[in-house]
Amino acid sequence: MTEQPAIRLDQVSKRFPGSEVEAVRSLSLDIPRGSIVALIGPSGCGKTTTLRMINRLIEPTGGRIEIEGVDVTSRAATELRRGIGYVIQQVGLFPHRTIAQNIATVPKTLGWDRARVDARVEELAELVGLEAEMLDRYPDELSGGQQQRVGVARALAADPPVLLMDEPFGAVDPIVRGRLQDELLALQTRVHKTIVLVTHDIDEAVKVADRIALLNVGGILEQYASADELLRTPANAFVEEFVGEDRGMKRLTLRLVSDLIVTDGAVVDAEADRSAVPPVLRAANSDWFGLTQDGRFLGWVSRQDYEAQPSTALADLPRALPAAQVTPDSTLRRAMEVIMTSDTSTAVVDDGGRFGGVVTLEQIRAGLAAPEGS
Amino acid sequence: MFDLPVLQARNPIIRWSYFVDEWDQIQAALQQHIELTVIAMAIGIVVSSALAGVALRYAWSLPPITAFSSFLYTIPSVALFGLLVPYTGLSRTTAVIPLASYTLLVLVTSIVDGFRAVPAEVRDAADGMGLTPRQRVLQVELPLALPYIVTGLRIATVSTVGLVTVAAIIGQGGLGRLILDGLRRAFWTPMTIGASLSIVLALLLDAATYGAGRVAMPWARRGRAS
Repeated sequence: MTEQPAIRLDQVSKRFPGSEVEAVRSLSLDIPRGSIVALIGPSGCGKTTTLRMINRLIEPTGGRIEIEGVDVTSRAATELRRGIGYVIQQVGLFPHRTIAQNIATVPKTLGWDRARVDARVEELAELVGLEAEMLDRYPDELSGGQQQRVGVARALAADPPVLLMDEPFGAVDPIVRGRLQDELLALQTRVHKTIVLVTHDIDEAVKVADRIALLNVGGILEQYASADELLRTPANAFVEEFVGEDRGMKRLTLRLVSDLIVTDGAVVDAEADRSAVPPVLRAANSDWFGLTQDGRFLGWVSRQDYEAQPSTALADLPRALPAAQVTPDSTLRRAMEVIMTSDTSTAVVDDGGRFGGVVTLEQIRAGLAAPEGS
Repeated sequence: MFDLPVLQARNPIIRWSYFVDEWDQIQAALQQHIELTVIAMAIGIVVSSALAGVALRYAWSLPPITAFSSFLYTIPSVALFGLLVPYTGLSRTTAVIPLASYTLLVLVTSIVDGFRAVPAEVRDAADGMGLTPRQRVLQVELPLALPYIVTGLRIATVSTVGLVTVAAIIGQGGLGRLILDGLRRAFWTPMTIGASLSIVLALLLDAATYGAGRVAMPWARRGRAS
């Protein structure tokens, strides 16, 4: 990548006063523009320290940090921070200000006129999915999930190119967390920010990040790679242990059915002659075959029923089981679940009502063997 | 300093004609009482804000500041008024110095507690959004410290209104002069009036401070979401 990164950390170190050891030791990291990068690692790995050095809430003791090629220390810290969105786990909304006033904090500090501030607040409420009636309430009157949406809206208020998020979804329950993660991804497709996100949750990193920087105690960068690469080829034993024994399963959440080369499988057209069936069963080594008609999948017929009713047309044979279905947008994890609970050990791909092929465990295994995007 | 005559039971609690005859004196006493209270409170607020500012900035300074304020608070008021007379005479200054000093302990403590109660994440968010330290203090921390500060102001105000009466021994003291006058002459009426007006004044100022706090903190009136 020859393009200039949005954020560049060059040999950055931090030693806190009174501490013998460095919290972060000579860390270099390029964060590409418009991507989500997760900083992850065990406690004491300096991930939050690293994040807070980017907006100078913590000043590095060595090295250099650049945003868009400009040293962050070249201007006043307060001015720098107004151009960087900042979201924290405990949200930190101002309890004495309404939601609208909270969102308007940075624009007002920048001296925007009232009409512009009001318009921006409404736009952001819509963007993060807050109802307009929430705007006049106080933070204590909102649920945790709503508060975190306000936190994101407040961080985006002055349209900063960079967003720093410190465990943004750590304080909400798992269901709300999953929803907020989905919302962040949907939001990112609209705003295209450069996002640095600190998390201790490998699943969250795998789900939301384009690249993951895995840090070890003392701010040592162990691996910096896409989620798929991190899970497929851990750089060392530390990475392998950190990502967990189920890293193959985690990779399933990264891939979609549409990433696989899906074959038709043991499928016969319902209008075809009965003689078309034996070669299909033999080729697929299967005791079931599927019937299709006009591009739609009708259901599965067992070899037993086929052989027991030698004079029945294919279309009239009993279809013992409905198809277990997935869509091209389903994750491979979802496909695997469907296959596991299907009597035919297959998942039928339903592509907008049309038959899109049959997925088997063998296909999933083959798909995972290849790196992402190949 | 002087012997007090014993009050007689036959002496009526209040003689209403006194109001008419001595109205000017009552009014002057009330006015002086209010002035002494307001001046003492104003000085107390300024000094304790400065002390609290130092204590919040340099944590090590809080114990000595608290110890000093406590020490002032422990000096008996009659003694302190008397001690100052050789230096500042029978003046308003002599009255105000002890009154203001007595507010320091409660005001410094409430300001420090108020600012310390501001949640760390709120302060972090304010810094992270690029507010200057001054903007953070005035726009975020001070409003959030107000519940503690208002409580401290109410206690200090009520106790100052009561203490002002003691300054009567140096010829100041507002309504305290009426009380002292009654005691000297074994005459209930000025005592009753002085004490009653002092109580009413304390209650009114307390209610006003409370009301001002409610107006200044609209967020505290709303209920919490589940």
